[in-house]
Amino acid sequence: MAVIRSQFNPKSDAAQANRAAMQAKLVEVEAAVALAEAGGGEDARARHVKRGKLLPRERVARLLDHGSPFLEIGTTAAHGLYGGASPSAGIVTGIGRVEGREVMIVANDATVKGGTYYPMTVKKHLRAQEIAEENGLPCVYLVDSGGANLPNQDEVFPDRDHFGRIFYNQARMSAKGIAQIAAVMGSCTAGGAYVPAMSDEAIIVKDQGTIFLAGPPLVKAATGEEVSAEDLGGGDVHTRLSGVADHLARDDAHALALVRRAVAGLNTRKPGTVVRSVPEDPLYDPEEIAAIVPASLSTPYDVREVLARIVDGSRFDEFKARYGTTLVCGFAHIHGIPVGIIANNGVLFSESALKGAHFVELCSQRKIPLVFLQNITGFMVGRRYETEGIAKHGAKLVTAVATTSVPKVTVMIGGSFGAGNYGMAGRAYSPRFLWSWPNSRISVMGGAQAAGVLATVRREAMGRAGRSWSSEEEASFKQPVLDRFDEQSHPLYASARLWDDGIVDPAKTRQVLALSLSAALNAPIEETRFGVFRM
Amino acid sequence: MIRKLLIANRGEIACRIIRTCRRLAIATVAVYSDADRDALHVEQADEAVHIGPAPATESYLRGDAIIDAALRTDADAIHPGYGFLSENAAFAEAVTAAGLRFVGPSAAAIRAMGLKDAAKALMENSGVPVVPGYHGESQDPDLLLAEAERIGFPVLIKARAGGGGKGMRRVDDGMALRDALASAQREALAAFGDGACLIEKYVTHPRHIEIQVFGDDHGHAVHLFERDCSLQRRHQKVIEEAPAPGMSEEMRYAMGEAAVRAARAIGYSGAGTIEFIADASEGLKADRFWFMEMNTRLQVEHPVTEAITGIDLVEWQLRVASGEPLPLRQEDLAINGWAMEARLYAEDAGRGFLPSTGTLTHLHLPEDLARIDSGVRTGDSISPFYDPMIAKIIVHAPDRATALTRLAGALGNVRSTGVATNAAFLRHLAEQPDFAAGRHDTGLIERDLGTLTDSRPAPDEIAACAALVLSGMLEPGASLDPWDSLSGFRLWGQARHFVTLHHRDQHWQVSFASSGDGTWSACVDGKILSLTVRRTGETWRLTVEGVTTMLHIVRDRDQATIFRGGDSWSFDRTGPLDGEHETTGGGDQVVAPMPGLLKVVCVSPGQAVTAGKTVAVMEAMKMELALAAPRDGKIAELLSAEGEQVQEGAVILLLEPEDE
Repeated sequence: MAVIRSQFNPKSDAAQANRAAMQAKLVEVEAAVALAEAGGGEDARARHVKRGKLLPRERVARLLDHGSPFLEIGTTAAHGLYGGASPSAGIVTGIGRVEGREVMIVANDATVKGGTYYPMTVKKHLRAQEIAEENGLPCVYLVDSGGANLPNQDEVFPDRDHFGRIFYNQARMSAKGIAQIAAVMGSCTAGGAYVPAMSDEAIIVKDQGTIFLAGPPLVKAATGEEVSAEDLGGGDVHTRLSGVADHLARDDAHALALVRRAVAGLNTRKPGTVVRSVPEDPLYDPEEIAAIVPASLSTPYDVREVLARIVDGSRFDEFKARYGTTLVCGFAHIHGIPVGIIANNGVLFSESALKGAHFVELCSQRKIPLVFLQNITGFMVGRRYETEGIAKHGAKLVTAVATTSVPKVTVMIGGSFGAGNYGMAGRAYSPRFLWSWPNSRISVMGGAQAAGVLATVRREAMGRAGRSWSSEEEASFKQPVLDRFDEQSHPLYASARLWDDGIVDPAKTRQVLALSLSAALNAPIEETRFGVFRM
Repeated sequence: MIRKLLIANRGEIACRIIRTCRRLAIATVAVYSDADRDALHVEQADEAVHIGPAPATESYLRGDAIIDAALRTDADAIHPGYGFLSENAAFAEAVTAAGLRFVGPSAAAIRAMGLKDAAKALMENSGVPVVPGYHGESQDPDLLLAEAERIGFPVLIKARAGGGGKGMRRVDDGMALRDALASAQREALAAFGDGACLIEKYVTHPRHIEIQVFGDDHGHAVHLFERDCSLQRRHQKVIEEAPAPGMSEEMRYAMGEAAVRAARAIGYSGAGTIEFIADASEGLKADRFWFMEMNTRLQVEHPVTEAITGIDLVEWQLRVASGEPLPLRQEDLAINGWAMEARLYAEDAGRGFLPSTGTLTHLHLPEDLARIDSGVRTGDSISPFYDPMIAKIIVHAPDRATALTRLAGALGNVRSTGVATNAAFLRHLAEQPDFAAGRHDTGLIERDLGTLTDSRPAPDEIAACAALVLSGMLEPGASLDPWDSLSGFRLWGQARHFVTLHHRDQHWQVSFASSGDGTWSACVDGKILSLTVRRTGETWRLTVEGVTTMLHIVRDRDQATIFRGGDSWSFDRTGPLDGEHETTGGGDQVVAPMPGLLKVVCVSPGQAVTAGKTVAVMEAMKMELALAAPRDGKIAELLSAEGEQVQEGAVILLLEPEDE
């Protein structure tokens, strides 16, 4: 295979400046991650531990095999939302190895408002289930939640993708043979009671876990019956009398061991869907990516410098290298897994779109997973391009990307603006995983372009009214638009709303892609049937 | 010369005899029981014959089967080794009757020395000094009590037949004599089929010094100097040495003379040992040693004699058995340097030297530092059927101090897992100041038992290291999958791993995170440690706070054993599911601590017992073992019957539940 020869000079001023800029963005993300990991704060954590319970992240760590990676999903979800009341959306989700098998773990954080579900908690839980379902990953629910967050019930309960969808998903996944295992390690009230009840196998911790449709206060209000939480729905009741749970655990550690035992007995194996090769490190240090990516999105650079630091042996067999050069397509391996890579190297032209569609067809035919490195300002605009039918050529790429059955993993490595987002497997195109770099930006168009469009409309309206508009007035009109676009296109803003699955240090891109791809290979790759390509 | 030799034994002695035969180009035939099908001695011999099931009485003690094996393989001689049939006159006779040579003394000589009281009388008549005692036929407790009072307490009760400490009891006053006598008689009956016991004076500062003798069929007899076997535990030799410390030439001469006289008195041919007891209360004196017994075979501890004389005693045995005269005369023999031997046993010194059975999942013996006589290797089992000796470690040096240092060093390099060994105990003994100064006697071990069996608690950094090993994170993942190879990956921050482990009754909660480059930040029960662990081939280097030490680590599934400078600690990773099927040691149960024969059940259902009272007696690994009531209470039920073979962990009886 062809090896990419890097032209990058790490000692250049630009490289130093790029690195410093990326470093500042990483620090910002790290601060957000620290907030997320602190959960409900010192006091709540201390109270939790004092009750003899493990903190959610420790539960996850103890559930995992020793040395298992943990590919966390939505770490900074709900960041800056609800006045900061729901760090990490009060739920830890991610993929890890349990008894040698990749599983999706969903663990409530009871230190965050009693583990109650905010809208973003529901979205995160559903996203975790979506990943599990698409990739065939058994689900482990470590339940410790008071159910729906009542003040937010209108955004949590009624709609299709709200609380009820959790149990719908459990039933559907169980029907597909994707194991559903729950350990009740704290409250599991009202709707939440269905998490263990809908599971294939359920564990409950003695004197800690409770499962009931209505808690003691509600029971007293409804019927006057006075009963303790333990007598109403404790571990003893549910494992001895009701059968709502199957195993009684002495404590958290025991419960986690029982979950591991359940996973060990699943009798499933990862299918060997692709031909793997022996993994090889890239020739160039992935740490250099931070210095390669320009501080400004408008500064062009060769995306092959990034590829050289992601793929095995920096080997990249480029496809149609001489045609539609603003879209780089080619074959490589990441940790031994064959991939087809589609990476932006400038604005999309008709040729680039056609090349991309052709390449997606190739990968679909060969059942090779696709990796999209998205850094796109959009499709080329102008009379000539509209005339040659760039819309229909773009549509071919979008059709191919939307209908292929091979796993897609997308990384936002720069800008993600407009229709370029669609052709490059943005969130709406259901990539199996979508990750963002700290420098990435996402919006329907760039802030400056949006401000310009709005200012033009405004100026024309003022002109019709016969009023003049000074350049100072125009600037002060544009500023709030620029500010809002700046805020809303920020990766932390995006990640808080689960527009992605998390922000990734560029140096770890290779590892994240490897884990994402390997996790995705838990589901067999189906035959692709494309839609009608507009010719 | 013998052409093909059948070795009627197993283990290290069989292997040791084969070694000499190889050198002398004598073909060898091994015999083996069901339990020894894959044993080392079978592998090393030119031929091997199966002789029966695992119990020795059905295999290694079956003289007919062994002689038959010799005839079938066309062997012309049988070497009995030690133990088993080595001092069985009838067997020696049968071997000869079958037209084969017996590598050992005549049946008459064996018989003459086989019964201790008769042997003593014979020696006394030949002018060999003997310990005052009662050697009569009577077993009447009253008469024996009177005799004991005549001799003066303390006295020693001994089985008339046999040896090896079985059926031996020290009695300090008349009150204790009857119980001790009954127990000794029971043990003697079981061990030798003869319950008769004799009584002797008990020497308070006794040293066990024995003389190696050799005779041939041409009327020659020599001695090969002494061995000091004073380090004993319950009359079992632990460390032997030659020569004996503090021995004067005068006394050596006197003892050698007496020993040769004893050998000549019975026309002894082959290798034999005259055991003496010496009173060292005022140092060794030429007039204060007495004949104890004669062992008409090769001794376990013969290698120390070989080391200081440069003679292969097995070769001499074979030459003498072939009718050759002794290769050297007394004046040709001299002592060269100092030799020591330690007996490495599968026994748990920390738990009252309980024999330890199981698979030797790993065994490293310091062959570069000492002569190793062993009959087992990694993967072999220590079964309850035979003597649980793993190896003899023999060192030879110009002087005693150097020999001791070498012995301690060699013992510090014994590394085994799977069964407990007494290696640390032996090393402590080799470093014991009184022993080092040559001021020891046969009571040293019992007096200093606490210190000698003290095991050092596992330090935190060792526990942390064990946790790392047991987590599997130090071994590179063999799989191609990134989920295997990207160990501990996290998007942000570091992975923390949790391991719960225990070593004996120490327990740890360890968590750790990688700091990169082989360095780990560990939290051991709340204490933070930074450690670096690197592997170079078989050895590991552990660096804590700038100090690097060398470790050996053996991992066997959920168990890791860490060896450092002679100390070793075995850690088990404990999971919350481990206790699910608890079978041993409840407050209401009496449980067999090891596999063995349930000999006596002393209680019956409904009987009240107090904590510590003996409720049953087991016999395991040829030792009696009293099982005590775990608490005050009433016997509810007997779950095993007398005479039953029980497994380790078997519940023998239940107490009635305590009232809450």
